[in-house]
Amino acid sequence: MATDAPLVQMHAVGKQFGDFNALSGINLEVAKGERIVVCGPSGSGKSTLIRCLNRLEKHDTGRIIVAGTELTDDMQHLSAVRREIGMVFQSFNLFPHMSVIQNLMLAQRLVRKTPRQEAHDVAMHYLGRVKIPEQANKYPAQLSGGQQQRVAIARALCMKPAIMLFDEPTSALDPEMIHEVLDVMVDLAHNGMTMICVTHEMGFARSVADRVIFMDGGQIAEQAAPEPFFTAPQHPRTQRFLSQTLSYQGLPNAC
Amino acid sequence: MVDVSLVVSSLPKILSGIGLTFQLLLLSAAIGLVIAITLMLMRISGNAWLSWPAQGYIYVFRGTPILVQIFIIYYGFPQLDMIREGPLWPIFRDPFGCAVVALAINTGAYVSEILRGGVLGVDRGVLEAGQALGLSARQRFIYLTTPLATRLALPAYGNEIISLMKATALASTITLADMTGIGRTLVAQTYAPYEIFISLAVVYMILTFIIQKLLGQAERRLAHYAPEDA
Repeated sequence: MATDAPLVQMHAVGKQFGDFNALSGINLEVAKGERIVVCGPSGSGKSTLIRCLNRLEKHDTGRIIVAGTELTDDMQHLSAVRREIGMVFQSFNLFPHMSVIQNLMLAQRLVRKTPRQEAHDVAMHYLGRVKIPEQANKYPAQLSGGQQQRVAIARALCMKPAIMLFDEPTSALDPEMIHEVLDVMVDLAHNGMTMICVTHEMGFARSVADRVIFMDGGQIAEQAAPEPFFTAPQHPRTQRFLSQTLSYQGLPNAC
Repeated sequence: MVDVSLVVSSLPKILSGIGLTFQLLLLSAAIGLVIAITLMLMRISGNAWLSWPAQGYIYVFRGTPILVQIFIIYYGFPQLDMIREGPLWPIFRDPFGCAVVALAINTGAYVSEILRGGVLGVDRGVLEAGQALGLSARQRFIYLTTPLATRLALPAYGNEIISLMKATALASTITLADMTGIGRTLVAQTYAPYEIFISLAVVYMILTFIIQKLLGQAERRLAHYAPEDA
């Protein structure tokens, strides 16, 4: 694959859940190293969009090409593509019956076939990167939400993915823990990771995103660099959404 | 009044049948578990040709009393030439074999449903995380679904083992001298049903207590990842 070819290409992608159009006519290209924030009202298809990229959902129409491989029902392609895509979920989804270090080693061992010692070293490296190496032998239930989400990020990074998907990574966290997770994400962004983040953290979007995508009704309603997106949104639906979500941000915290 | 000396003298005799009770329990539980896992995999396979026979099996064996199944196997099967001349005749000729088969096919039906509940109860998000990391369906089943479903199914499985332990008493109806069989013989000899059956009940209660403790320990061991205060 040519180095300047987009890492992600979506052409006229559509997805239906029964009668409901979750996605329609999605065209999107993401270049290597690009950081994209996807926002929009609930039910607008944000999560479905990124879940189609590693085929947790199958798209019904159009084409999706990730890291040079088109997503089809072919299992061989699928595992090759999934290895290149790290994903972080809203509810962390750590393996509850495994310690932190085991969580980080499992897929390396099974999918990458990494030798045990090397997998352990890689795991400790990324635990250090998310700043909780001392929790290696704890179980997920013994960690705070913020720590669990950082473990989940480290687990995805252990696979050395070419791209990271974040599906509302801070929505399930208590306010005081949101920061520690965003810090890790900012650090990743500054190190050149290609990222697609579904998030409502507009501060994060402003500081690291190259492009903000606004979705509504399963379509990309608007996309722009953060500055024009936040200061001069073109689409009326974007304007309404931004006025609703940002209206409280200037007010003192009531609690 | 209870004749205490009769209780004391009958207890050792009843306990001499505990070996047979355990043999019935352990063998039928082990065979039943193999049947249960097979049935459960058939049911969740998504293949109608596998799923329907499994559902039919569960419907038949859950829907009829174990006692009736024991009678069908012990009294009914020997009338069939197919069975008498078949390779399994050594099992069905023997009341112990009949009892184990009846108990195993029965508990297999119940346990398969218990296991299925465990498998369906595994957090879908955890499996998705495995999927996103590139684990194959087989790897997800072995490393994620199986240990998590086991934990979920264990309390209900413990219940079933206790039921099965008590159901072994039915083997006494087809001549086996398990604890209940011995108890019935003692009653016939002494005409003291009260003392003998009370002693028998107490022994079963103690066994239930022990099984409960063992299962509780297993549960705690598997639960180390989910502290009770979490």
